[in-house]
Amino acid sequence: MKGLEVVYDDLALVLRGVSLDVARGEIVALLGANGAGKTTLLRAITGLLDIHNGKPTKGSVLLDGDPIERLDPPAIVRRGIAQVMEGRRIFAELTVDENLKTGAFTRKGRTEIAESYAQVLDLFPVLKERGSSIAGYLSGGEQQMVAMGRALMAAPKLLLLDEPSLGLAPKIVQQIRDIIVEVNRQGTSVLLVEQNASMALGIADRGYVMETGRIVKEGAASALLADEDIKEFYLGTGGGDADRVNFRDVKSYRRKKRWAA
Amino acid sequence: MDEFLQLCFNGTALGARYALVALGFVIIYRATGVINFAQGGLVALGAYLAYALGDTATLPFLLAVIGAVLLSGLIAAGTERVVLRRMVGQPVFAVLMVTIGLLFILEQLVTSIWGFRALNLGDPWGVQTVDAGGVVLATKDLWTIGITAGVLAAFFAFFRFSKLGVAMRATAFDQEAALAQGISARRVFAVSWGISGALACLAGVTLAAGPAALTPGIGAIALVAFPAMIVGGLDSPIGAVLGGLIIGLTQALTSGYQEDLFPWAGANLSQVMPYIVMVLILLIRPYGLFGTKEVRRI
Repeated sequence: MKGLEVVYDDLALVLRGVSLDVARGEIVALLGANGAGKTTLLRAITGLLDIHNGKPTKGSVLLDGDPIERLDPPAIVRRGIAQVMEGRRIFAELTVDENLKTGAFTRKGRTEIAESYAQVLDLFPVLKERGSSIAGYLSGGEQQMVAMGRALMAAPKLLLLDEPSLGLAPKIVQQIRDIIVEVNRQGTSVLLVEQNASMALGIADRGYVMETGRIVKEGAASALLADEDIKEFYLGTGGGDADRVNFRDVKSYRRKKRWAA
Repeated sequence: MDEFLQLCFNGTALGARYALVALGFVIIYRATGVINFAQGGLVALGAYLAYALGDTATLPFLLAVIGAVLLSGLIAAGTERVVLRRMVGQPVFAVLMVTIGLLFILEQLVTSIWGFRALNLGDPWGVQTVDAGGVVLATKDLWTIGITAGVLAAFFAFFRFSKLGVAMRATAFDQEAALAQGISARRVFAVSWGISGALACLAGVTLAAGPAALTPGIGAIALVAFPAMIVGGLDSPIGAVLGGLIIGLTQALTSGYQEDLFPWAGANLSQVMPYIVMVLILLIRPYGLFGTKEVRRI
């Protein structure tokens, strides 16, 4: 995407000229605090801005060179972009299999859908026994797997993941992380939005850092992992003095620090 | 005992019609969050379409009904496409007012084409009855119950197994997440209206068949199906069916026993009972028998 601006309710400018790209076969991490505009950025890609009363006012979103920012969500899914939404948003009243079925809504051809279904169950063996249970009764980790499996049922070229590790136990986060790597290995590009920076940068090729609607840092994941500011603000290591005594003072100092002001 | 069984049978047949209309309400409500007050107009229009195809176009009754069901579905889906699509994103209240406006338009349309005269639908059931040991079963009512049961079974199978049916349930649960899967909300809305229109037509046909005559007034059934839907819980298809049966049985039993039990209440008590039942059930369960507990604006 190039120089994208998004305005909500004709009033709130949330993205201020964001440029970001995901090359084929890459995992790209997008970091940023709450309210930085990460979810808005994903909505701009998937065409979901409309129902939130937002619209892109400048810039464009390109998929393989074609502008897609004016298409509706079904058309975008058909072109090969699937999204795992923040908070999972599975259909809690439907069974696991029905949830997966909705993911393949835009696809024709029974055999291809059956193939994807088999692949998804391969990736998430837990879901095999759970096929007919109501999705809302699954554990958080299993629900995240349903959400990811559902998105993969669309056989996307690009998978957008919004906070897949949110609220999950560290062990489950490990699993999710391995699955993302595996999905990528099978040929799907991934744009990973995360607050869990060590996890995201650990598997990403490149990363971007967003703040108040702008990209403030970008680079190879390894370079970002080594960056002092990233270490301090996202990884909670390095930075401050080793002999600091009063945590509250340190914190108030830290809060003030911003890259873009 | 015979009288009781007789009343139960009549009540079930009546309740089946309410169930068809109430189900139409529920489908549209679940998909779009709007109560479609034009449902009664669709009931009348559907019945008159069956009359027009059968009597004027002289098709056999079965074909006339099938044609009318399909036409009603198309008209309802078209109405959604032309009128209500423009209202997406507007306040629910505004959309409700539009459906009330649609009701008046449909009523006027029906009377301006077919007039107020009572017409004969031309069904083969007439006044025939089947005698089942003291209980007289009207052929028309037997068919009504049979048709309703068949339609409901098909309906639940559709929502359970078909791709579009599952997508419609997904949309009802979380519209944005459904959109993100590439499910076209527009298509879901149009299909919801189409199904509701078809159900309304069936309700109209079974209501106007037999000894009852076809008049523009049959659309008033929607006013009684309304408490049926509320009793069942606004957003539950199963609730709509059970609510319809409860209201139908209540009406039949009240009209049967009112003279013995509540002579002071007057003969029209059975007309009021659906609303009394509705209020009583709402007092105990504010979200209806099967409704979602979640508080929603109406």
